[in-house]
Amino acid sequence: MESLIVLYGALPYLLRGSLVTIAVVAGAMMLGLVLGIHLAVGQVYGGRWLRRAIGLYVWFFRGVPLLVLLFLFYFGLCSLLQINLSAFTVSVIVLGLISSAYQSQIFRGAIMSLPQGQFKAARALGMSDGKAIVLIILPQALRLSIPGWSNEYSIVLKDSAVAYALGVMEMMARAHFVASRTYEHLPMYFAAGFLFMILTYLGTKGLRILEEKVRIPGYSA
Amino acid sequence: MADTVPILRIEHMTKRYGDKEVLSDASLSINKGELKVLIGPSGGGKSTLLQCINFLIKPDRGRIWLDGTEIIRAKGKALYEYRQKVGMIFQDFNLFDHLTALHNVQIGLVRVRGMHGKAAKERAIQELDRVGLRNHMHQYPAELSGGQKQRVSIARALAMDPEIMLLDEPTSALDPELISEVLDAIRALRSSGMTMIMSTHQIGFAGEVADELIFLEKGSIVETGPPAKILYDAEYPRTREFCSKITELYANSSS
Repeated sequence: MESLIVLYGALPYLLRGSLVTIAVVAGAMMLGLVLGIHLAVGQVYGGRWLRRAIGLYVWFFRGVPLLVLLFLFYFGLCSLLQINLSAFTVSVIVLGLISSAYQSQIFRGAIMSLPQGQFKAARALGMSDGKAIVLIILPQALRLSIPGWSNEYSIVLKDSAVAYALGVMEMMARAHFVASRTYEHLPMYFAAGFLFMILTYLGTKGLRILEEKVRIPGYSA
Repeated sequence: MADTVPILRIEHMTKRYGDKEVLSDASLSINKGELKVLIGPSGGGKSTLLQCINFLIKPDRGRIWLDGTEIIRAKGKALYEYRQKVGMIFQDFNLFDHLTALHNVQIGLVRVRGMHGKAAKERAIQELDRVGLRNHMHQYPAELSGGQKQRVSIARALAMDPEIMLLDEPTSALDPELISEVLDAIRALRSSGMTMIMSTHQIGFAGEVADELIFLEKGSIVETGPPAKILYDAEYPRTREFCSKITELYANSSS
């Protein structure tokens, strides 16, 4: 009973934390999307050196643990370069950069799964490579990427809890804050976990609907 | 007519991949309104030759003239403008899968030729009408038959007002029943005066409509001549052998 009262009292505080979580995830996913598309296009259509550089970038951000990168950027790079960024901003940037590496591979796979004849046909019409990529390749590749992107969303959502280590007051940080003062660990972490599950559900459900909405008629994918 | 400038002339076109020369020193020229047909075994260089003409494949050597003007430094804007004048039809149609038939035709008009939406739409509908697909304009490629897809791709190419069309085995990916509707569209194109270079195995059709057959094998043009000569009275034994074999196979599927 005691636990439920604590939980009830802390819920608004926790829910406000979910808004921070949503902001971190939305920011990171968008940054990852914009960078990821460019990386994927560069990796498929770029020259040898560009492809190699992107390969290194992807290797780095997929290879180094999130916590290490957060500390590296926040405590290391920010003070080295004398820039004053908030823990929130650094979390969005780091999660976004990592996600861009993963997202680039989702988009790359999608681009490569398309019949390349369409690219040829677009160029034969007089389109530049850039136009053909933007008008013909990406609209199809992005559609095919939605399931993978949905998966990436659920991973970034959960990874965002690690931003707690920099002191970002997202859901996990708030759950911990309340738990360590009230000693009601079980209900607080359970509630935080449950809220993450709700956010996962809402996001993946939304992307499912989007996938259905932009489906190309007659195309069984 | 001997002093007219050919609409397209290519000379010494050569392409190699590693050690393998897939196209050796191919030259040809074509006058306005002519239809020349490339025949020969698969892998003989027909497709490579066609794609070298609009630089989808970059030839290692060779020169191209369109309307008497040499196409040099084929890159950037000059290349895109040249490609608009050279329409291309592919074996696998290569329609844009995410666009309706109408938008497949419209996109080049709007995004390449810079036409306005409404005018482009009218023009696109007109081209689809010409290949008999006005009623299918709102359908997506996946909802069309192979023959319909190929006709959309013909409309898409025609909308750019090309001076010449390259057709790379336009019926090879089609069910036998659907071949004739595409051949009819090509016939109509021919009678409208379109200049075309086509590769095909439809030897009967080739014999019927071509001004000239070009036999291509192992990357080289072996023999060139009017259909009657190439098909029944070829100079080279290899041409005769190929033609007699393929005539047996395809002669009856031309109409």
